[in-house]
Amino acid sequence: MNLLSRMPSWVGHHVAAIRVVIVLTLVLGLAYPLAMTAIAQIPGLHDNAHGSRIAGGGSKLIGQSFLDKKGNPIPSYFQPRPSDAGTGYDASASAAGNLGPESTVDVLPVKGQPDSGKQSLLTQVCSRSKAVGELEHVDGSRPYCTADGVGAVLGVFRDGGTTGKATRVVSLDQACPAKPFLATYEGVTVECAKPGADYSKALVTPIRGDAPAHPKVPADAVTASASGLDPQISPAYAELQTPRIAHARGMSETAVRKLIDRYTSGRGLGILGEPAVNVVELNAALDRTQPVKGA
Amino acid sequence: MYGWLQATLILAVVVGLHVPLGDYMARALDGGPHKRAERVLYKVCGIDPDSEQDWRHYLFALLAFSLAGIAALFALFTLQAKLPWSTGHAGMPWRLALHTAVSFTTNTSWQNYAGESTTGHLAVMAGLGVQAFASAAVGICAALALVRGLVRRDTDRLGNFWVDLIRTLFRIMVPLSIVFGIVLIALGVPQNLDSAHTATTIAGGQQTLLGGPVGSWEPIKLMSGDGGGIFNASSAHPFENPSAYTNAIEIVLMLLIPTAFIRTYGRMIGSLRQGWTLLAVVGILFGLLLAVGSIAQSAHNGTVTQAVGGQYEGTETRVGIPGSTLFGVAATGSADGAANASYDSFSSIGGGVLLSAMMLGEIAPGGTGSGLYGLIVAVMIAVFIGGLMVGRTPEYLRKRIGFPEMRYVVLYALVAPTAILGCSAIAVALGEGQSSMGNPGPHGLTELVYAYTSNVQSNGSAMAGFNGATDFHNLLMTAAMLIGRYVPMVFLLALAGRLARQQPGVVTVGTLQARGVNFVALATGAALILALLNFLPALSLGPLAEGLL
Repeated sequence: MNLLSRMPSWVGHHVAAIRVVIVLTLVLGLAYPLAMTAIAQIPGLHDNAHGSRIAGGGSKLIGQSFLDKKGNPIPSYFQPRPSDAGTGYDASASAAGNLGPESTVDVLPVKGQPDSGKQSLLTQVCSRSKAVGELEHVDGSRPYCTADGVGAVLGVFRDGGTTGKATRVVSLDQACPAKPFLATYEGVTVECAKPGADYSKALVTPIRGDAPAHPKVPADAVTASASGLDPQISPAYAELQTPRIAHARGMSETAVRKLIDRYTSGRGLGILGEPAVNVVELNAALDRTQPVKGA
Repeated sequence: MYGWLQATLILAVVVGLHVPLGDYMARALDGGPHKRAERVLYKVCGIDPDSEQDWRHYLFALLAFSLAGIAALFALFTLQAKLPWSTGHAGMPWRLALHTAVSFTTNTSWQNYAGESTTGHLAVMAGLGVQAFASAAVGICAALALVRGLVRRDTDRLGNFWVDLIRTLFRIMVPLSIVFGIVLIALGVPQNLDSAHTATTIAGGQQTLLGGPVGSWEPIKLMSGDGGGIFNASSAHPFENPSAYTNAIEIVLMLLIPTAFIRTYGRMIGSLRQGWTLLAVVGILFGLLLAVGSIAQSAHNGTVTQAVGGQYEGTETRVGIPGSTLFGVAATGSADGAANASYDSFSSIGGGVLLSAMMLGEIAPGGTGSGLYGLIVAVMIAVFIGGLMVGRTPEYLRKRIGFPEMRYVVLYALVAPTAILGCSAIAVALGEGQSSMGNPGPHGLTELVYAYTSNVQSNGSAMAGFNGATDFHNLLMTAAMLIGRYVPMVFLLALAGRLARQQPGVVTVGTLQARGVNFVALATGAALILALLNFLPALSLGPLAEGLL
């Protein structure tokens, strides 16, 4: 008979448990992953197993920043989506912004402490849309955005708390001395927001404005991905950037579109996922085939 | 349109694969001779594989194994810096190590840390990896014991925990992991033991690229109901989920074993029809969640959503919004909890659907093992209510569901709601809930309730704006996970022990048959109403308030 049957059963269970955990750690925790690593060295799997590196530098799966030293977009490169991974496309810190669909009110930075504020998701979207619009020379306006690129959100104080007449109206995301996007609301003059002031009693009222429902700047250009490392953009955003790239590289737009097509993956089996353009591969191919003169 | 086609294809694959896999699992798990390699294993571990256990010993063995697992992980995480393959990471502080050890042993895999900056290769492989396999097998074991309680008569023996564990691991989990691991690597998932290396980017900047045993981790992470990521972004990270193809495979993997296990159940009780009946309940619940979720995700009702023109924030381009929604419903309808999108940035109702899927008790189709026993409990409640309606003693599979049995069923059903709402209330009352919220207003409350629902229900998915990495939440979540995982198992095994001792009754014309359209409607309704009664107030203050106001 084995050792177990001579011990009280509860002791026996623990002894067996510890042994099983040790055995499983060796088999499932070491042998299995190491065997898989060995299998992954065979040709055909090897390149994938080592992170799908590309010749130009980096991995074709992991998005990169294409910004200059000052943080401005380099005009000769296709720009990726905004990123919340570290300071942007930090491959050692994947992360999403995790702000919800009603994140509309900014915490405005107090004077002298630029880091004390926190932008709402709405303001992030509005400011990105404005910046992309300027870069691509199209209209960057969006619903619920002000012309100066923040959220168009009013804080309305009412005499009955949540109901009644408006007594005071503040444009919550426009820090003084900005000019509020509306002069008056329900007959009350709209104020700019003072950083640090308490507007928690005000009713948050987003204002749609008259921007087109389908803005010129595509949705993926103004939203961050879940990993912050998305290497791809929508075909629409690639199309928007085409004239700029063609101009910066001295190529025809047709030639640029041909390259875009080459690095566009369609839906898998015709129905899985979404069409997407790999910016990392596309930019590497641009540098290979049509380097910027003088660079 | 494409979204619905994609969902139809993926779900059809799951239903197609569940038949052969379920049949194989029934043959492999219950009865039959031991393999020679298994005998060696039993001998090394000092186990007598041919003696069966009553419910108490089965439970003791299960708890002892889980306790040993927690201890091993805790040691591995705290001592990480002194062990090989730490890739430069320090040991975890003890509260985080405790939370993480419990999290992976209970099949929850809620992570209060970012993988990139915390866990080295050894912690992933020998720590998280082992428990990804083992915790899933423990769920299967508990379900097997319950099924044997229903099938057997006049005995107190429910099987041998160690045999059930080893067979689940080596006859099912490991072969499937190897196959799907190779498939995923072929589709772009990396598998190496490299340390971080700095690459020069195309634009001339620097980027630190990480290595890791991702290909061996990914299949078991998804199949087991584990769901934790090697990287912070989990299945949103391009290394963990590089394309639309891998995304589809990952969804299939999350649903595969829980669905196949329903078939296994049908085989074991000798009624494939009962298996299809349960699958119909699962299909209706999953379909409801997916339909509401998909409509909410495309309805553009939030302020930011309207400004953007769609629910694009926090989704990956290659996956798209429908692919993220289906993944989310699959991850919360099963107990997996992986994420390929930021669930925090889902539309209000879309996020509410994910929360509801967990509150439903994760029975559509639920976790590995835990999904089936949750379903059987829901069916017993339906049988009991139905029996009262027609005025007969409730029976299920010719076993009486009388007062003593219902006591265990009700106790089982009360654990999760009590723990979820209790923990959330404690966190709010002490102010620790509010200070961890990443969003203002009702969305913040949704994040908090989501966090504790996920922990109690062993899900592990997160609205990641919520900061759980505080001493308070590490400890309260540890308690929530232990209660949510093991207390129901105690009642379940006690119930199994009771059922096994019964002599089967005689089926008469008055007996409520647990099949047919009426019964499917009754069981689905019972599951929905029970969840709604428990959680509607919490849902009203969170996602409903945000989405409808």
